[in-house]
Amino acid sequence: MMWPDNPKSLRKALFGAATLFLIALLTAVTLYRAFPARAALVADLSDHFIAITTGFSGANVLLFGATEEAGDIVVIVRGPSVPVLMHRKSRVAGIWINTASMTIEDVPGFYAVASSRPLEDVASESIRRRHQMGVEYLPIAPPLTKASANVAEQWKAGLIRNQQRSGLFSRATGRVNFLGQRLFRTRLELPANVPTGTYRVEVFHLRDGRVVGAQTTPLSVSKVGLEAEVFDFAQNRAAWYGLIAILVALVAGWIGHVVFRKG
Amino acid sequence: MQVYLPIAELSVDAFLLLGLGGVIGFLSGLFGVGGGFLMTPMLIFIGVPPVVAVATQANNVIASSVSGVFAHWRRGNVDFKMGWVLLAGGFAGSTVGVGLFSLLRSLGQIDLVINIFYVVFLGTIGALMMVEGTRAMMRRRRKAAPRKLHQHSWIHGLPLKTRFRKSRLYISALVPLGIGFGVGVLSAIMGVGGGFILVPAMIYLIGMPTAMVIGTSLFQIIFVAANVTFLQAAQNQTVDVVLAMLLLVGSVVGAQIGTRIGSRLQGDWLRLLLGILVVAVCSKLFVDLFTPPEDIYSLGVPL
Repeated sequence: MMWPDNPKSLRKALFGAATLFLIALLTAVTLYRAFPARAALVADLSDHFIAITTGFSGANVLLFGATEEAGDIVVIVRGPSVPVLMHRKSRVAGIWINTASMTIEDVPGFYAVASSRPLEDVASESIRRRHQMGVEYLPIAPPLTKASANVAEQWKAGLIRNQQRSGLFSRATGRVNFLGQRLFRTRLELPANVPTGTYRVEVFHLRDGRVVGAQTTPLSVSKVGLEAEVFDFAQNRAAWYGLIAILVALVAGWIGHVVFRKG
Repeated sequence: MQVYLPIAELSVDAFLLLGLGGVIGFLSGLFGVGGGFLMTPMLIFIGVPPVVAVATQANNVIASSVSGVFAHWRRGNVDFKMGWVLLAGGFAGSTVGVGLFSLLRSLGQIDLVINIFYVVFLGTIGALMMVEGTRAMMRRRRKAAPRKLHQHSWIHGLPLKTRFRKSRLYISALVPLGIGFGVGVLSAIMGVGGGFILVPAMIYLIGMPTAMVIGTSLFQIIFVAANVTFLQAAQNQTVDVVLAMLLLVGSVVGAQIGTRIGSRLQGDWLRLLLGILVVAVCSKLFVDLFTPPEDIYSLGVPL
């Protein structure tokens, strides 16, 4: 590297660098003033890990955050996707039997949505469809080769009804509460039968029906302690697990007999 | 008190399970049936996935049967020789049945077949037992001439005649072997221990005394249920020990009470009561076959 060898040229160089820096700073500030639309959004969960233990009966997670500008907030919680096998019944000789079945790929194991105002007022249909705000916009469908468009719609509606009955898809839109103009919070409720895995929590900030900010946070649901050990043992040492289950039952039966004979 | 079931993957009230186990155990001790045909639908009703319900109730049946067998054994009411013969047939039959089960499942109609089997078998057996039990009671009340010990038919012409001292029978070993086989096939397909088919078969086809039937039936159910538990755990990982333990505490106690009450009741009464129970379950399933479902779309179990 070449350094200027006299003080005069050193001063000149320093002055040049300082000027460049000032120009850059001014440009940044001007640009920021000119395009303020990208309002900052910050959100987080009270817990990123839900442990399923012996007493697990569902969980509540608090989602909270702040925006720099007023607007609407939409929160979407989505569980890990799995393939689902579905049956359709129809009447044959008076008896209701399964006459058709279909495997639907990539069905979220859990889906819930919350919003600060009714979803229809917050965003247009195309925006809701694009960001899958609302259970009806989930991209779940049977393979098109097996079903025409309107038949596919019926299978999809059937799947949504089934998932709602078991509490895994929310029936109604939850509420996001604003505390003043900037702070918001909402409670995410997970029922006792939630599937395990990594969930995705998406927070959207909307103004005038346009998405101006978004953030994604992971949420992990996992069995821990005794529950996890029993599950792992059943999976990895299946034969031993079976033998132990039989042994426990035999011993329990015998103990019952002994206790009652004396009593 | 909610308890999370690690294999079924849901929370259930522990006292509900204890009570359910108690009721099923009571029936088991009283009638000599495993109770699977009642337990499985109940578990499914409270939200346990069907595959887990079928596998786990088998584990529970072991406990209630062991508890019941000890109680009957003490009263001298187990015909072990008959039990082993039935069991030999049962193991062969259930192996064939498991094969049939896989075939039907691949055709996608296993639910329908199970329901129709239930309706046909439960209906026939239950109705026969009710009629026979009522008739026997009327006969005793009128103090009619004592009926013959048993009728002679083509069954008695079969070879391999064997003496079953406990049951006071001298019949062909092929009869219990064949019945064990048939019940084994059915129980593999229907996912039950087969007690409710076996008990009437032992009473009416083999001609065993009712008191002896119950203990002997429970004896052979232990082995069938253990076989099912092991196969389900090893192949499908669907046995939930937490669920099973809660159920079996109730079952073991219930079975003891059932056995005690059963020993005070007369055989005719027992048959009549079991008949009523079986017909009640059957009617429910029969009505279900024809009732329009709540939703024609349902979620299946991924294979």
